[in-house]
Amino acid sequence: MQTETLIESSHVESSPATPVRRDKILLVDDQNELLDMYKEWLVNLPSRPEVQASNTGARAIAMLDSEPFDLLITDLRMPKMDGLQVLAIVRRKFPQLRLVVLTGVTDEAYRSRAYAMGVDLFCQKPTTKEEAQAFEACIESLLGREKDTGGFRGIQSKSLMDIIQLECLSQSSSVLRITYQAFEGKIWVQAGDVIDAEAGVMTGEAAFKEIMSWKTGTFEIMPDEPNRTRTIHTSYHGLLLDSAQAIDESDTKHQKSDTDVAKATGSPLAKFSRFEGVEFVLETGAEGEAPRAYAMENAEVVAGWTKQTRNRLRGIGNLLHAGFLGHVQGVGLQRHVTLSEHDKGALCIGFRRDMTPEQVLLTTKQIFTKWVS
Amino acid sequence: MGLLSKLFKSSAPELPRIPGGSFTLDAKGNLVSSTVPTWFPPSHLHDIGHNIVAIFRDAQQAQLQLSELIVHYGALKLTARELRGGAIIFLSPKNAQSSVAPGN
Repeated sequence: MQTETLIESSHVESSPATPVRRDKILLVDDQNELLDMYKEWLVNLPSRPEVQASNTGARAIAMLDSEPFDLLITDLRMPKMDGLQVLAIVRRKFPQLRLVVLTGVTDEAYRSRAYAMGVDLFCQKPTTKEEAQAFEACIESLLGREKDTGGFRGIQSKSLMDIIQLECLSQSSSVLRITYQAFEGKIWVQAGDVIDAEAGVMTGEAAFKEIMSWKTGTFEIMPDEPNRTRTIHTSYHGLLLDSAQAIDESDTKHQKSDTDVAKATGSPLAKFSRFEGVEFVLETGAEGEAPRAYAMENAEVVAGWTKQTRNRLRGIGNLLHAGFLGHVQGVGLQRHVTLSEHDKGALCIGFRRDMTPEQVLLTTKQIFTKWVS
Repeated sequence: MGLLSKLFKSSAPELPRIPGGSFTLDAKGNLVSSTVPTWFPPSHLHDIGHNIVAIFRDAQQAQLQLSELIVHYGALKLTARELRGGAIIFLSPKNAQSSVAPGN
């Protein structure tokens, strides 16, 4: 039987003459050894936070109800109430609380889901000193930012376009970090001008437009990087106008819902054809299951190639100790293809040949995320 | 960092080395050239090369004529270009430091 443990808070000596309110962190993990380890580690952060811990989600919520905290750090895999359930409740009940997921789960779908629920940071459990230091810096930054600069949360009603306009109109210098599903982008603003952007392998204006096409997600404003090289020379007005026009055109093109498209074509894969440049989509399921395809004739043959290629590439990965097999891109003279796999099967997507490898990879990731979810 | 040393010294197994470099196979499957470190077994290079060539060949039979293959593994990017029945293969290990940064 699982025992619920409330680990006492840690205290650090402070002068009675200077009653400075310390940040309070609540740790949630079902492994008591890890809780002890993280706790010992976090109380030694430069801001000397007060750290409390709970080994169940239910206990954590009760603790949050009874006293205010600044930051919640939770694991995902826990018995009874898992981390996602904890996050869902906490986000609703304590919207001002900063949330961090610290987990051993590497599945991108969990990361996307956690970010969609409004977590501030999704981290793998550190296994090296470097990872530990990076995590420590992130936590310190999260605590410090709120304390030093104040700031509002819950501005989901503002679009990214509004945020950029605000940054530019106020002649700010900052870096906007935007997270959308499994993707991350950055926009550099200096003295009210957008000077650079980065989204995956895309940079400059292309990256800016890509980021602006993301309709949801989370963002944070990071300190300025004054030495950043300028790659964007168009005014922010021009950039925003171009982006708004592109979004309008895209909305018109995509006004039919996924369900409408699936009904009209008779294929649940048809919705993916609305992504720019997609020519065909093929899905292979479990062993013995017939492949499902949209807009392709030789589905059986391509499904066979998909399966054999995945097996071969997994074998190559084992020889090289290269880790998990991610997305595979095939560049062709007539079309490009990508292969992606998940527990439920594999996805093979055909793209127009005028798409760049960067565009193909980005679109594949977007489709894959949608397919998995 | 005394705590960290205590935490991590017992759980730090030796990481397997990941080879970087490039190698070329001709249409007959012979290894023509290689810049891959010598500690990596040549037989593995043959196996990798033959599998890549087979992927290109089978793609053609499936009416997917491919000239290049980019494979994203967790710790390595493999790029292969078709060379008249053979292939040139580039192995690029990913930077460990950048791949561990939170949020990536």
